[in-house]
Formats: sequence, C-alpha cells, structure tokens
Amino acid sequence: MSELSRLTIHAARDALAKGETTAADLTEACLTEIEGAGALNGFVHHTPEIARDQARAADARRGADAPALNGIPLGIKDLFCTKGVPSQAASRILSGFRPEYESTVTRKLFESGAVMLGKLNMDEFAMGSSNETSTYGDAVNPWRTDDRKLTPGGSSGGSASAVAADLCLAATGTDTGGSIRQPAAFTGITGIKPTYGRVSRWGIIAFASSLDQAGPMTKDVRDAAILLREMCGHDPLDSTSADLAVPDFEAALTGDIRGKTIGIPREYRMDGMPEEIEALWTRGREMLADAGARIVDISLPHTKYALPAYYVIAPAEASSNLARYDGVRFGHRAKLAQGDGIADMYEKTRAEGFGDEVQRRVMVGTYVLSAGFYDAYYNRARKVRTLIKRDFEQVFAEGVDAILTPATPSAAFGLGEMAHADPVQMYLNDVFTVTVNLAGLPGISVPAGLDGKGLPLGLQLIGRPWEEGDLLNTAYALERAAGFVAKPEKWW
Amino acid sequence: MSIDTETAARVAHLARIRVEEDRLPALAQEFNTILGFIEQLNEVDVEGVEPMTSVTPMRLKRRDDVVTDGGQQDAVLKNAPDAREGFFAVPKVVE
Repeated sequence: MSELSRLTIHAARDALAKGETTAADLTEACLTEIEGAGALNGFVHHTPEIARDQARAADARRGADAPALNGIPLGIKDLFCTKGVPSQAASRILSGFRPEYESTVTRKLFESGAVMLGKLNMDEFAMGSSNETSTYGDAVNPWRTDDRKLTPGGSSGGSASAVAADLCLAATGTDTGGSIRQPAAFTGITGIKPTYGRVSRWGIIAFASSLDQAGPMTKDVRDAAILLREMCGHDPLDSTSADLAVPDFEAALTGDIRGKTIGIPREYRMDGMPEEIEALWTRGREMLADAGARIVDISLPHTKYALPAYYVIAPAEASSNLARYDGVRFGHRAKLAQGDGIADMYEKTRAEGFGDEVQRRVMVGTYVLSAGFYDAYYNRARKVRTLIKRDFEQVFAEGVDAILTPATPSAAFGLGEMAHADPVQMYLNDVFTVTVNLAGLPGISVPAGLDGKGLPLGLQLIGRPWEEGDLLNTAYALERAAGFVAKPEKWW
Repeated sequence: MSIDTETAARVAHLARIRVEEDRLPALAQEFNTILGFIEQLNEVDVEGVEPMTSVTPMRLKRRDDVVTDGGQQDAVLKNAPDAREGFFAVPKVVE
C-alpha cells in the first residue's frame, strides 16, 4: 500500500507546502493503487491523462498562493457530469454519453486545484443502498470478515470503497436519502450531506431534485470540512442554490463543544436493532457528554413516517426527472422493428436502458402522480414532510444544537444477500438518514467503532440548517473521542 | 387498495416502459408491497397542514428577461443517437 495514497487531504496539503512531495507523485501513487484494485470495482472510468495534466499544472502553481485543493487527487461519483468524460449515472441508458459541459461542483474543485483520477461506481441513478443496481456491476467493500464480498453501501458505494481502500485521498458523493452517510458508515469513513441548497446541483444527474445534495466523502472530519468548503457556494445555474456566504468550515474545528446541547431522539430506537448499534449509540452519547456537551432526550414524533413519505416523494420526482431519457437527445436508443413508431421507441429504449429498480421507482412515481391518486399519495406525503421538518424545528427551537443517532441499522451486509428480499427491506437501510433529506438539514456520518466481527459502524450527527461549521465541530469532537483508526486489511 | 395486472400495464404505459405480459403479475405484486408500505401515511393527521413545496424558505431569484446562452447547436446534438442536418431524428410521428 502506497504511503502517499493513504494521506488525508490536510496531510497531503502540508507535505506539498513543505515540498516533501509533489502533485505528480501523489497522483501516480493513486493511479497505481487504482490499477491494482480492480476487484473492488470502485473506479469505473479511469482518467489518468486528465489526472497527470492536472497534477502537472498543480505542481507548476505551487506556493503560498496555491488554491485550497492544489494537487489533491480525488475520485468523482459517476453522477457528476464531467466534460468529455463518460458520465452515465451507472445506467445503461446513458452509455456513450460524454457531457459537453462540466458540473458546477467539479468545475469548482478543478478551479481549487484538485486532480480527477476517474469516475466512481454507484447505484443506477443513485437508486439503491448496496451498489447492486449499477450497470457496471457491484462495487465491493474493502472491509471483510471472511471470503464473502460485502456491500460498500449505496448509492455512493464506489466513492466509499475507493476512499476506504486508499485509492484516492477523498471523493465526491451525493445523498438523496442517505447515499453519502450510509456507505460512509459501512466503510469506516466520514461523509457529510450539507443543508439543501448549500451545494449547486447543476450538472449533477438528477434523481429527486427536492432531496438531492452533493457532499464530500473523506478519511476524517477535517478533510470533510476542507472539501465541503470548496464544493459549496451560490450558483445562478441552480435556482435552489442558496445565496449565502460560505464560512471557513475548517476554522470551526476547535473540538470544544462545552455547553452544546445534544438531543437523543427516542424514536430512533428501532425494534430489532442489533445490540451493537444500540451500544455504540450509548457510547457516542457518553463521549459527547465527557467532552462537555449537555445530553437531552428529545422526541421527533413523525420519524416513523419518513421512509413511506420518501418512497412517494422521491419516486414521484424521479419519474419526472427521468422522463428526459427518451432515446432522442442522448444515450441509448433501442433498435426498432419495421413499422415501430415513436411511442415504441420510447418504451423499448426505456425498457432496455433502465434496470429493474429504476423501472420500479419510475412506475411507482408515475402511479402516485396519476389522476385520482395525486392527492391521496403525493399531496399527503408532502404534508407529512412538512410535519417531519416541523419536528426538527421544534427541538432546535428548544435549544438543541445537534442530534445524535446511529447512521445505519446494521453493519455492511453481503452482496447478493438481499436479492430475494422485497424492495421495502432494502429501503429500511435509510431509516436513520432519510429524515434529514426530507427536512433539508445537514447530516454527517462519523466512524465510531467496530462490531463484533470487526466491521465498521458509524454514528450520525444532524445539525441546524446552514450550521455545517458547528456540526463539523461536534463531529470533530466525536471523532477525537472515538479514536477510530482501523483500516481494512488489503486482500484485493 | 390492490393493484391488478391491468393497472400495472397502464402504469407501465404511462411511464413509457415496455413490460412484457408475463412480467406484469410480478410487477403488480411489487407495487402492492411498496404501496402497502406507503399506506402507513394514512395514520397521520394532516388536517390543516400545508404540503411542502420548498424545504428551505426562499424566493426564487429573478433576472432580466434576456438571452444569456445559445448558438450551441453542435454541442446540443453531439450526444444524440441520431442527428441529421442540425436536427434530432426520430421515427415518423405524423402520417
């Protein structure tokens, strides 16, 4: 394992500043690791030429004025449109698609001096919790306990796997119902979903526009603060992008949380939750108390209805967003038979191009939006969403600064293990994370321990809107107290 | 409420996804599982609650009504499966 690819962003930044390494060396180290990690199936489009060019440019601009991510090699989730580079949301329907434009997030990262190593595996259109719906095949978790291959989680499974396996220094992810935080927890890394509107969605292939947010997936909390700052900022190209100043999140990391109030929501204690998750949650509570925070029990009464509301709203928005894949403007078009009309072209193209889970969600979304059911399903779900957000507003108004919950209801499970379960069983993975998207809040997953088999487990902290700096600081205090340093043993 | 194969076929058509006849029963079953899960929402008292339109209260930004982009025909057509003479080409739409 290369020492250079194991570095955090801040360690690499320091080493570059002192002249102890170069962007070119960092990049080569990562490219070598990626080449040897085919078994993880994390990187699905490799861009070594772009990476080497960007590294060379970064080395040329080193010095005191160098931008924040100068020479830092990153992996980019396949959901981000990158100019001239395949960007297909892990879907067959976008095979061959090479955007003519750059997403706002990747443009900002490149302007900050970052190096793109390639595109990362994910669930198709970010719909999944195990990376098993990808047209590229499963991404694999570098952590394992025996010969079984484990899921890195989803939908940002390739990002999580690549960061945990030290193939890159950090990666971008996106999170619609938990797609940054759940894979981060499954792989022992840190992942933050910022407040809705913090990061521009322009050029990120849309799943559910009112829930989607991009964020960093990193080796520690400090890196999350550094990378998040470079991803954030107002963008006129995204009408929901917030016109707010972006604070220096790293400067907020003092580790001092004395006097902060941390809420423990009783509704997150689920029936059948493994004892290890419960124990980890209790330990997290103790660690924050030891650091000087005040711990209070709180109630978020509509928690139980978050997943069902999500599985109306997200498919409804997806059915609308994915209507654009029609075989006309980009991507795959089915071969047509003699006499086939335009409706046959749409139907055959979408049947061939979309995988089973995407088809299912597009059709569920179509149903809940159809005449006669719109009020009963879609409008009702949007009303429940208002109530879920109100639950959070009430506890914040009572003085709660952050909320501590488990990140996932279990550790990583085996690939293929859920193949015969009904779709709802897979959806339950997001039970602790999905409320945060519905309420538009920032949430972070921090690795906090190992289960009895030696697999990582994460804790989630949920913050007030626009208070990512404060949230990251609480996460930093938790990270320091938890002292999670375990790494997967290399087998790939 | 239970979805039959006829409804499943109608939804598939509305979504413009071709589903073969023999797959419809399984699809209807999956819909029923998911909708059964969603039915829980009926337990919630939503009387007088506004449906959420925007998670972050904000007024959409306005700008002057002027052309800000354009003249990119080549870039727009670049990824089309079938583009001819500056247009997207599709099967015959009108007789």
